[in-house]
Amino acid sequence: MSRRLFTLVLLCSLTATAPALAQTDLSGWWARQSQNDNGYSNDPVDLIGIPVSADGRAKALSYNIAALSATERQCQMYTPWYIVFGPFPLQIIPEQDPVTQKLLAYRIMGWGDRGEQTVWMDGRPRPSPNAPHTHGGFSTGTWEGNSLKVVTTHFKMGDMKRHRAISSDRATMTYTLTRHDDLLTVTGILEDPVYLAEPFVLTEIFQLSSATSFFPLTACEPIEELPHLHENPALVPHYLPGKNPFMNEMTRKKGIPLEAVMGGPETIYPEYRKKLKDSYKAPEKCLESCGGPPGAGRGAPPPAAGGRGGAPPPGRGAPPPK
Amino acid sequence: MRAHTHGARRFRLRQGFGGRVSAAGLALVAALVPLQAQRGGGPPAGPARTVAPIDLTGYWVSIVSMDWRWRMVTPAKGDYSGIPMNAASKTVADAWDPAKDEAAGEQCKSYGAPAIMSVPGRLHITWQDDTTLKVDTDAGQQTRLLRFAAAGTAAAPAGKTPPSWQGTSVAQWQMSSPGLALMLRPQERAADVPAPAAVRGGTLKVTTTNLRAGYLRKNGVPYSANAMLTEYWDVTKSGNDTLLTVTTIVDDPTYLRTRRLIAYPFKKEANGDKWDPTPCSARW
Repeated sequence: MSRRLFTLVLLCSLTATAPALAQTDLSGWWARQSQNDNGYSNDPVDLIGIPVSADGRAKALSYNIAALSATERQCQMYTPWYIVFGPFPLQIIPEQDPVTQKLLAYRIMGWGDRGEQTVWMDGRPRPSPNAPHTHGGFSTGTWEGNSLKVVTTHFKMGDMKRHRAISSDRATMTYTLTRHDDLLTVTGILEDPVYLAEPFVLTEIFQLSSATSFFPLTACEPIEELPHLHENPALVPHYLPGKNPFMNEMTRKKGIPLEAVMGGPETIYPEYRKKLKDSYKAPEKCLESCGGPPGAGRGAPPPAAGGRGGAPPPGRGAPPPK
Repeated sequence: MRAHTHGARRFRLRQGFGGRVSAAGLALVAALVPLQAQRGGGPPAGPARTVAPIDLTGYWVSIVSMDWRWRMVTPAKGDYSGIPMNAASKTVADAWDPAKDEAAGEQCKSYGAPAIMSVPGRLHITWQDDTTLKVDTDAGQQTRLLRFAAAGTAAAPAGKTPPSWQGTSVAQWQMSSPGLALMLRPQERAADVPAPAAVRGGTLKVTTTNLRAGYLRKNGVPYSANAMLTEYWDVTKSGNDTLLTVTTIVDDPTYLRTRRLIAYPFKKEANGDKWDPTPCSARW
């Protein structure tokens, strides 16, 4: 072999960026396709499709989004579950050992208000259950065929679905990332002995993107959002049991029975559909958030449900009822 | 000392010219890793049933944790949220009339292959023969036949048949490809380093055409007879549960602005005790 050819081939090897021992290259920016309602959030009380426990339902109904305006809560990060199944794109970066070039970890990042998730691929042990919990949690990854399976624990209590359902700090998140050409399918299973009656399963599809940045990553800085909270720092906005004023909104607008709006494991299987058959009456016509082609002039696709900076729907962010 | 006993998985650097050749080979293989890793392996020789990398057979139940409001109940007329429909699609959907579909005997328009995985219900998957996976649904009592290429042939048999709700499906196993270790440290160059464990798993890819025009959503959002459905079927295990995820891609330039992309999860059930065949309905 000539010296030139040898040099050329060696150069090729140095420019190759494949993570060692990875079955599939997952690195890059992945744009969420958002053709499902995972990131959909128009109604403050909407537990539809979530197998919440009685405690999870009570927790969700006590929640007042104005609580996030309290100074100490404004920088409360999103959970890893919400990073993957909320409205954000994903950035996946492989980290290699600088000496051996072996894959050490994947860093999975979403948008602002998130704790970076590091998925350790080096087989390190999981910390004690009593170890400190972080916003990003502790994650380990293993390859199962062409799928990367990630198990995350040790993350703090936070959003399971946007401002509607909450997961506890005892939750475990397991998800697989499977690449199909330019698409990435994620199947997630959230187990929570406190707020879920059975595992919550969601899927999401991302598309590989040449864009390098969808949103600016900015540091969270608390500001004075609601004067009445600033004036009374001891106040934690919430709703007492049975006092949530938005409980009946989905029933009123979409005709969905309140029992289904309250979620629960029995509501996510086909048998429940038969139970609904006689009690459900669809509104004659869709009047709000109806989707359709651009410029249709009636309704719009569901909002991308970005961060907490968006304007709250009418009635939210107001002082709690006395 | 053994060397080169596992093909590309093991390398032994030598001194002098031979060492250069080996190193060059190592470098070349390393450079090729990204391509190989993304492609996945092709199916090994043998009948599809014999070489199946994942077991899809059995009973599977829909988990309706997403898009509940559009799947568990018939959405209101005009509720198109989430579907990348175009103006022509809206014109058709706005004229949705279930009574008309019933009168035309087309109650199954929302049970065609591009939509059937979204319908809450159960799947019963069996091997009809060595090269055909049969997928029965209790909701709408539909049957899909996913045909693999027969051994020694390049493609599945594609006899000309009339368009149908479930169309003509061509199936292919996509095998997992093994990771390729870069053994650069001296101790890893030793001849007795164990070879990486064999990789198991894979994906079923299904392409469906020859469809009869139908609905993506029960409330009349259409797909045309020119639509093409591509699916990836993957199995995941978590604790005692086995999940099936069907990634669904609908290409339909007639009625969609972009591809319809959505993935549906199913959970494996021990038996068919809850199998409940129900006919198609244009209204529910």
